[in-house]
Amino acid sequence: MSRENTLVTAQWVEEHLDDPSVVLVEVDEDTTAYDKGHIKGAIKLDWTTELQDQVRRDFVDKAQFEALLSGKGVSNDNTVVLYGGNNNWFAAYAYWYFKLYGHDDVKLLDGGRKKWELDSRELTDEAPSRAATSYTAQEQDKSIRAFRDEVVAAIGAQNLVDVRSPDEYAGRLLAPAHLPQEQAQRAGHIPTAANVPWSKAANDDGTFKSDEELKEIYTEAGVDWSKDTIAYCRIGERSSHTWFVLKEILGQENVKNYDGSWTEYGSLVGVPVALGDERGEA
Amino acid sequence: MCGAIEGGLSLDGVNVAKEAVVQGQVTRGGAPVGNAYVRLLDRTGEFTAEVPTNEHGQFRFFAGDGEWTLRTLAPKAQPIDKKVIAARGSVAEVAITL
Repeated sequence: MSRENTLVTAQWVEEHLDDPSVVLVEVDEDTTAYDKGHIKGAIKLDWTTELQDQVRRDFVDKAQFEALLSGKGVSNDNTVVLYGGNNNWFAAYAYWYFKLYGHDDVKLLDGGRKKWELDSRELTDEAPSRAATSYTAQEQDKSIRAFRDEVVAAIGAQNLVDVRSPDEYAGRLLAPAHLPQEQAQRAGHIPTAANVPWSKAANDDGTFKSDEELKEIYTEAGVDWSKDTIAYCRIGERSSHTWFVLKEILGQENVKNYDGSWTEYGSLVGVPVALGDERGEA
Repeated sequence: MCGAIEGGLSLDGVNVAKEAVVQGQVTRGGAPVGNAYVRLLDRTGEFTAEVPTNEHGQFRFFAGDGEWTLRTLAPKAQPIDKKVIAARGSVAEVAITL
């Protein structure tokens, strides 16, 4: 993979607004953002109600994902272009999710909703109508999804990349600072994890930095390119952004996103936790 | 502007005693800017969080004790940085003028 086949520019999107093979999909942490205005023709995915099982903490299963995309009018041969707020955190999460279920042609709008807005490009509140399809998903590609046991086994053995802010990594904050800080789990990070905040990979306008800049950032932080990598954050969305950088832009093999992330790890009984700015021992 | 709200967001439902709140309003020529983005940078300049302003130009963060920088991005404006001190149990109100 490379940025040429995984990223599109705002200009490209504007030129493809009426292209029937392209489906724009907005995914935001603030699930009301779409309703206030979205790119013309874009459909909405609600990550809380549509991408998550409503009883267990897990994703919707293959059949549910097929029903969801069929109902939204997405076909297997569509080019799906995802964008959203928070510098594409949740759009990257949805990108990873589409890849998990084997969608071939999926891309991110570089810079997401913010770049689109800062460019003063047009938003509409008109809801698009798409005819239902019969979408077929693949079995989950577990080669890009990490679970807690392999995360514990990766301590001191693989690259663990904690992409939260330095204050969350050190345990001084428990959540990103736009959310209240009262949380149930312990503070800190997984021992030996490098702290490379997701934001280091992005410019202020939300677009990704150049390949050369990105390689340097992760190399300097101590990522060993010969090893497999697991990225995590608090709930798995910011780490999707970093997963996207390592796997889809830089083409690194064997990169997994740990979607359980700190809200799971920080609540586990009996696992090691490191506090402070240092990585900690295995 | 009819119905415009001045100043910070309502603190209803926020446990101020346990949070270090940083909040405020972005305005241009006295009018609220509802399509700005405010970023919270830590004492080393590292990104910590970002929020879009609401229709009244308002924003809010739950920070920690210490000095932070608010960086405001908006269409047709240069980014503006503003320092703010946050402390648990208090609300730091910041007015940002483009």
